[in-house]
Amino acid sequence: MDLNFTGTDLCAIVGTRSATEAKYDVVVVGAGPSGIAAATEAAGSGSTVLLVDENPVSGALMGNDVPLYFGGRMNAATQNSARMLEAVFMSMPALETAMEAGVEVQLGVTAWGVYRNGPGVQSLPAQVVGLADAERSWLVGFDRIVLATGARDLAMAFPGWNQPGVMGAAALQMLLTRYDAFAGHRVLILGSHDLALETALLARERGVQVAGMVEVREQPQGSDALIAKVTAEGIAIHCATTIASAKGGLEGVEAATLTNGETIDCDTICVAVGLVPSIELVDAMHGPRVLDAMRGGYVPGGEATVSAVGLCAGLPDIGFDHIAYRMEWMAALSAISADDTIICQCEEVTRADLLGVQPPNYLARPAPMCARSLETLLHDGPANPDQIKRLTRAGMGVCQGRRCRDQVAMLLAIASDKPFGTIPLASHRAPVRPLPLKILADWNEPAAMTVAWDVWFGIPTQWVPVEDIGTVHEDEHRAMLYTGMYE
Amino acid sequence: MSGPGNGSEVVIVGGGVTGLSAGWWLARSGVKVTVLDKFIVGWEASGRNGGGASHYQSPLFDEEQRMWPQMDELLGYPTEHRSGRIIIAMTERQWEQYRFVAERHHRLGHPVEVLDTKQVQDAVPLAGDTCFGGVHYKFGGHANPQRTVQAYAWALQDLGGTIIQHSPVTGFETAGGKVTAVKTANATYGCDSVVVAAGPQIPALMAQLGVTVPLAPARAEMIITEPAPMMPIGGVDGHKLYGRQTLRGNLAYGGGPHEWLDMDATGPQARPSTPLMRNLASRLAELLPKAAHLNVIRSWAGVIENTPDGRPILDRLTSPDNVVVASMSGVGFGLSPASGHAIRDLVIDGSCSFADLDILKLSRFDTLEADWRQKRGWMPIA
Repeated sequence: MDLNFTGTDLCAIVGTRSATEAKYDVVVVGAGPSGIAAATEAAGSGSTVLLVDENPVSGALMGNDVPLYFGGRMNAATQNSARMLEAVFMSMPALETAMEAGVEVQLGVTAWGVYRNGPGVQSLPAQVVGLADAERSWLVGFDRIVLATGARDLAMAFPGWNQPGVMGAAALQMLLTRYDAFAGHRVLILGSHDLALETALLARERGVQVAGMVEVREQPQGSDALIAKVTAEGIAIHCATTIASAKGGLEGVEAATLTNGETIDCDTICVAVGLVPSIELVDAMHGPRVLDAMRGGYVPGGEATVSAVGLCAGLPDIGFDHIAYRMEWMAALSAISADDTIICQCEEVTRADLLGVQPPNYLARPAPMCARSLETLLHDGPANPDQIKRLTRAGMGVCQGRRCRDQVAMLLAIASDKPFGTIPLASHRAPVRPLPLKILADWNEPAAMTVAWDVWFGIPTQWVPVEDIGTVHEDEHRAMLYTGMYE
Repeated sequence: MSGPGNGSEVVIVGGGVTGLSAGWWLARSGVKVTVLDKFIVGWEASGRNGGGASHYQSPLFDEEQRMWPQMDELLGYPTEHRSGRIIIAMTERQWEQYRFVAERHHRLGHPVEVLDTKQVQDAVPLAGDTCFGGVHYKFGGHANPQRTVQAYAWALQDLGGTIIQHSPVTGFETAGGKVTAVKTANATYGCDSVVVAAGPQIPALMAQLGVTVPLAPARAEMIITEPAPMMPIGGVDGHKLYGRQTLRGNLAYGGGPHEWLDMDATGPQARPSTPLMRNLASRLAELLPKAAHLNVIRSWAGVIENTPDGRPILDRLTSPDNVVVASMSGVGFGLSPASGHAIRDLVIDGSCSFADLDILKLSRFDTLEADWRQKRGWMPIA
């Protein structure tokens, strides 16, 4: 085959990317108090500012516990997107101030990826953030991006947790405030640190019964003032015990049994043991991060063009070791969990299969497979959650580990007898929110990309069958199949 | 090298799918094998690819086809292998191209069937009525790359082989025209033979032995959706995409533009994906319109090394004469059951017992121009 190289590989991504739709000096992701303040301040100093917030998210996404752990306890109002938009907007009066300061505000818009050049990629013409609403996705350029994505719920498995009515504290607070759409009536709260105490008080304030609180440690953990308020409300804090199981019916949770033998009627169990800073975007863009036990886990390391504010930057440091606390909870719940307790709800991975590094049930498990376990895997090196995911599918589902990522890492730490901080963080990848193909799609593929789109590298000799090399058929293959770097 | 079973040792540099398969084949022959990997087995391109197992262009193809249906049983671990592929044409040009390929299969006696739109929809319920037609390969197939690499690794351990992870190879010891040991930061592994199957790191490693191996690394991207209802055939390509429906139901697809990278002696620093995922999404939604509502839940990228002609290098060198170099040039996963067999033969017997590997010799690049990457436009973006 006679190849005349042109010095250009048309199939390579050089100058063929889809264009951005707009460019702002500053993009702020998340319209909580910190995000609004950052956006307003940037606009006040003369910058062009776009502030996006994914709320209200669709009922379908909430059903998958994205972005928060809603546990199926949102009411039908969340299916009405117009009502939700209004509710969310009305819940944030500071938004009007931001808009008056010149901030462009887009609600119901998700930031699903941030991209810039760095190790392994130099082909991006500019740094961009990928955005999407209910109709489509697009790219927006920026000079500086501020992540105000808040914190998400730390979920924890126990027998019966995989049913409607088990949810997270951030999700419960969101449903009680911004969405005004909580479907439960009587909630049992796990944990007694400030997050749990504040959640209990908020629930009570919004007319929701609080059936009690459960604390694994000997004493309530939060501030004295909050404990006093909760006690004054007549809310019992059951200490030195934990939940043993959740009982339920068609509608989900109906009661919880504690390890001390008590049974407590409730339709909702709120896991309020901890929050995790929402660093998915930082992580997916390979940004720096550090583990800070006092601030709730991994927090952004900070860069010139990427900053984090609010809970995304870490929980307020009040001298409380969140990692130690949640590890204590995890150890207790792990001790009462059964082999068939589900850890990954999306993929229905049980505790036994997770720790046995076993494949899903639709695959055969011959004897050698059954003989493998985390213990045998550890002989080859330290536990890595991404490897465990590949083998067991834990964290591979539609929620992409939002419910199980942290607890898998904690379980691996416990099972391998290593500190939590030695277990690598399972990777986040874009899109950091599930997005339908038709919405993520770029329906305007650039012409230069279309012309040279090849299934693989566009190397003609690679696809000539060995039998045809040196025959008349060799050039036929090239003429028929190639558009790449050759004349 | 002396025969099997007498304590002879092979060190394999690189725990990707090719090195692991070679280790498994050698272990099956009673050879004591050690596989060294810089991180965790299958962490690079071997665990990040489309899982295709239909590379009919290769001299290794017949052996690939013979082996795949047996692999689960031979390895003792699931690979999720399934047979068959359907290639769907979404443009007139693709229809012309795919039928050309079908014609070529007829000529070589590979079983194929050309499908009209209705037949495509019967076999691929997620397809739409706007396709031009399809080609059904009654051969080839696909498997789960991540499960398969781990299956090789475990199977070779079960046969007495050793895998050392988190141990990048730093160099070699040589004596009398042979490599006598392979070095890592913490240990030195004596050996009778070496297999260098370290993907993009091959050139830097082989340079230490005075051997030039022309390879250019590039990054390519894939996306995956939430599960779709299971289709009768999961190996569905077309519209210039490659991919598969996993046995869980997810649609995992790649294709389109790649980005050439600098060679990094220690391996890729990062494997970022880019907004190209939007273009993959639109193509996949066109290929399988009844899946357009499915959520994309993840994207990823991998770094693939390419030879100047895109064909593998599988060669036992003449100097040092106990070194086999193995780069599969971006088509390694599917061919792995056969490439490992070939490497086993090269190590033990000096030549491949089941195929003529002359076109895969390194010496074909002896006269390669120094600026071969520039000539092809395979340069990283400055």
